[in-house]
Amino acid sequence: MLSRLKTMKKTTRSNLITFGIVIVFYLVVQILSGAGLTTRSFEGQLVPICAYVVLAISLNLTVGFLGELSLGHAGFMSVGAFSGVLLWTLVGDSLPAFVAIPLAFIVGGIVAGIFGVIVGVPVLRLSGDYLAIVTLAFGEIIKNIINALYLGVDENGVHFSLTDANSMGLSADGETLINGAMGITGIKKASTFTIGFVLILITLIVILNLINSRTGRAIMAIRDNEIAAQSVGINLTRFKLTAFVVSAVFAGFAGVLYGLNYSSLVASRFDYNTSIQILVFVVLGGIGSIRGSIIAAALLTVLPEVLRGLQDYRMLIYAIVLIVVMIFNQSPQIIAWRKRIIGRFSSKKGEPEKKEVA
Amino acid sequence: MALLEVSNLGIAFGGLQAVSQLDMTIEKGHLYGLIGPNGAGKTTVFNMLTGVYRPTEGNIVLDGQDITGKTPEAISKAGIARTFQNIRLFDEMSVLDNVKVGMHNQVQYGLWTGILRLPAYREKEHEMNRKAHALLKIFDLDGEANLKASQLPYGKQRKLEIARALATNPKLLLLDEPAAGMNPNETAELMNTVRSVRDQFGIAILLIEHDMNFVMGICEEITVLDYGRVIAHGDGKSIRNNPKVIAAYLGGD
Repeated sequence: MLSRLKTMKKTTRSNLITFGIVIVFYLVVQILSGAGLTTRSFEGQLVPICAYVVLAISLNLTVGFLGELSLGHAGFMSVGAFSGVLLWTLVGDSLPAFVAIPLAFIVGGIVAGIFGVIVGVPVLRLSGDYLAIVTLAFGEIIKNIINALYLGVDENGVHFSLTDANSMGLSADGETLINGAMGITGIKKASTFTIGFVLILITLIVILNLINSRTGRAIMAIRDNEIAAQSVGINLTRFKLTAFVVSAVFAGFAGVLYGLNYSSLVASRFDYNTSIQILVFVVLGGIGSIRGSIIAAALLTVLPEVLRGLQDYRMLIYAIVLIVVMIFNQSPQIIAWRKRIIGRFSSKKGEPEKKEVA
Repeated sequence: MALLEVSNLGIAFGGLQAVSQLDMTIEKGHLYGLIGPNGAGKTTVFNMLTGVYRPTEGNIVLDGQDITGKTPEAISKAGIARTFQNIRLFDEMSVLDNVKVGMHNQVQYGLWTGILRLPAYREKEHEMNRKAHALLKIFDLDGEANLKASQLPYGKQRKLEIARALATNPKLLLLDEPAAGMNPNETAELMNTVRSVRDQFGIAILLIEHDMNFVMGICEEITVLDYGRVIAHGDGKSIRNNPKVIAAYLGGD
């Protein structure tokens, strides 16, 4: 087995290790909770961990592989969460769960993907800081619109309003589905750790396969050199948009997973801080490293619970950590120092360390 | 019919006429040189031929197809490939993947084939790997296939750029100062490589080069630019003795 691992292609091996980590984590948690060794607060964290892992992997596609900084990822999560949960509240009682839950995910993913196209087409004409600022703005626009959205249904059909509940004009026995800033309430909880685990596996399969395909190579070529990519006949707009939309779809899936985990869903949960938090997972785990994203997302979701006393300072600590990581990865002196340290360890093995791609 | 026919080509940036009234005809399988002092407009001509700049006047016809002002993507598909004066590789990708990106429009499969790993994926990837390794072998790069492009030494990076350009299966290859920064031995080796590429692939090659031994040594036809205008045209011998060319390079009037 081990000898077979060695003869495999480097990327294949690296991908298998990533899958292994996820599967082992799932099994260990299942065994521990079966034996009654996990705390309630930890079990409550399991679904959010899965959601954040999926978010981090999907954002890494945009940041690490397309090479564009997006600060509006929570917006796509939000759109996915609201559309998926809405579908769940409408059909959750009439359809069996094994149909309704996947349907909620599909709808959430598709709607987030549509928003990915709407946002991506104008935004991807920009690059660098400008793109980051505009995605941030789009994230906030999505949050604020959903925050003001009232949606209801009665015998005359669907009603909506952006001002208040009364102006929807619902009849007496109509039902309010989205109640402005109060969002959706009375959601029947449907997410489980197993669903989250399956979603992570699907995300990994799709994203890793995508990266190691013709499309993925085109995306990375654009990241490395747009002019050269164009000169070999790559359609920049098309492949930038592909990466951006796939990224949005999975953010939508993660949103559905997250939304179905609580009894109520409010738009303000998906604010700028959430986008930054996802970005921190990606940066801390290593831009372009899928495995790093998974580990960072899981650890950084658990840590605040463990260090509850520091909760108020979380965003402050994140900011400091981001700066430290940037210095650690970019400063020439630190890079030289790191190489000396790594060189000292690896010289015994006789092979210099190489950076993993995925 | 000639492979490439450029007639009356010109471009102005605001008030600056960078290139004007350029006529050039490249036959199939020819090795063609474009030379001139610094700032003569040589790279600008390349940028017009490959769609980076849109010419303000004139026509470019490749193999009977008008490609004037088309996008770089469309021109690549039409059959012009290029290298860059300042090397532009996909630095973080492997040497092999750099060449495979070059095959983007040669060996195709869709997004879903890749994601779902349909049977076509295996088949097409296999074909790409085979072709890419064969190309790398020509440039003596097959031993470094799994290195990152940025890890290659300078001379090999230049070769990889040519390999990547050839992967697009061009009819015409544009080389922008392929021998820049190379020592005489490397230059001599490159001359052989360029010649053998022309013979093996049967393509025409247009190159910009400052190394006169290189240009005179391999080009069958040469056009000399100065201040954006053609000042001479002919074979190596006639160019070498042309008083206008000597004046342009050495000064004087």
